Amino acid sequence: MFDFLEGYDLWAAFWTTVKLTALSAVGSLIWGTLLAGMRVSPVPLMRGFGTAYVNVVRNIPLTVIIVFTSLGLFQTLNINMGADDFTTINFRLAVFGLTAYTAAFVCEALRSGINTVPVGQAEAARAIGLSFTQVLTLVILPQAFRSVVGPLANVLIALTKNTTVAAAIGVTEAALLMREMIENEAQLILIGAVFAFGYICLTLPTGLILGWVSKKVAVKR
Amino acid sequence: MTEVSVTKDAIPAADDLVVLKNVNKHFGALHVLQDIDLTIARGEVVVVIGPSGSGKSTLCRTINRLETIDSGAITIDGKPLPQEGKELARLRADVGMVFQSFNLFAHKTVLENVMLGQVKVRRTAKAEAEEKARGLLDRVGVGTQADKYPAQLSGGQQQRVAIARALAMDPKVMLFDEPTSALDPEMINEVLEVMQQLARDGMTMVVVTHEMGFARSAANRVVFMADGRIVEEATPDQFFSNPRSDRAKDFLSKILHH
Repeated sequence: MFDFLEGYDLWAAFWTTVKLTALSAVGSLIWGTLLAGMRVSPVPLMRGFGTAYVNVVRNIPLTVIIVFTSLGLFQTLNINMGADDFTTINFRLAVFGLTAYTAAFVCEALRSGINTVPVGQAEAARAIGLSFTQVLTLVILPQAFRSVVGPLANVLIALTKNTTVAAAIGVTEAALLMREMIENEAQLILIGAVFAFGYICLTLPTGLILGWVSKKVAVKR
Repeated sequence: MTEVSVTKDAIPAADDLVVLKNVNKHFGALHVLQDIDLTIARGEVVVVIGPSGSGKSTLCRTINRLETIDSGAITIDGKPLPQEGKELARLRADVGMVFQSFNLFAHKTVLENVMLGQVKVRRTAKAEAEEKARGLLDRVGVGTQADKYPAQLSGGQQQRVAIARALAMDPKVMLFDEPTSALDPEMINEVLEVMQQLARDGMTMVVVTHEMGFARSAANRVVFMADGRIVEEATPDQFFSNPRSDRAKDFLSKILHH
């Protein structure tokens, strides 16, 4: 019944999906945190940049962003992300695009977490002489992160599924393999089911584990 | 309404630590601080009392610039209060503050709360900071709670930890913004006792409070505020037994006789 799977390397395809997800997740967590820091900073220029970035990037379809990384950044501006073979260049461009896009959502999730931290926490931190950056990194963000583990899990699940868009610029992840298999084999429904199952295997544990973490790290007030 | 001139009795010592000159502040249309002149000498305990909305908390918070002022000048130990930035952070480290709602860092243990400022601001070694933190927690009577989180402590215990956290910075002056107002009645005394002890040890203190007993027993001077102005300054004895302004008489009659 599963003969149609022969000759295709599903593991390699899903492994690329996992790598795309993991690298973009780390990247967007870092960049998203910096953006959130900018959006609450006392410097108007930084606040303006953070707000503009989020509102522009989250309103552009991901496909447009990913295609732009290839056509705009690579083919027009010759930014090759430090690689010379197309496979690596496209992979890195996809990670870059996914990071840029997902960071906007991480930033907003985190900012709503910052809003759950009582003002008094920041006042007390300033009152003992901590600088703005110290107040943010030592007192506000640790509490904000703990309150948004759930929303961040949503972002991570969305990111896992969004990696399928990387197929648009030829990154050989699961969705690209699926398209190829559907073209070559007469097993549309089964192939669809196999790949759907593959994605669920990736995202379901993410949700469950982070749900548990969320309860574990919640700040008691 | 008749203007009541400010009457002064207690003469501050020459060694002035905190000086407010002609300070004004507005919240929108509300003129919360009106021409405030106040001098606090080293080692002096000044208690600020007055009705709600009189600006006493705001006054307290301007001293470490948690509230900015519109005009006037504030100096601490001879230095004018800096604008935002590193200078201001350095000054705040020297000014301890205790809040009505405790504001202990909720994600850190009691011990970590008292160590944070020492390690991150004063750059004290961890072992040394911990030793000092444990000493201070013992001093305020919560030494056995060091490894708990703030939410596991009673209000009175939390407020004593907050006092220890402020003391850990070796402040020149301590500001108390209604430190007992959020506490259950039976916990008020344990906090006031710690404050009494601090006062006896010679700490310079500015205390905004409704605790008249504390004002009587620990204050060197009582400052009475109403409608954004300092209406009367006097020694506690004089103020409570023989207030001179009508506003103060009215206020005291409402809180003392029932």
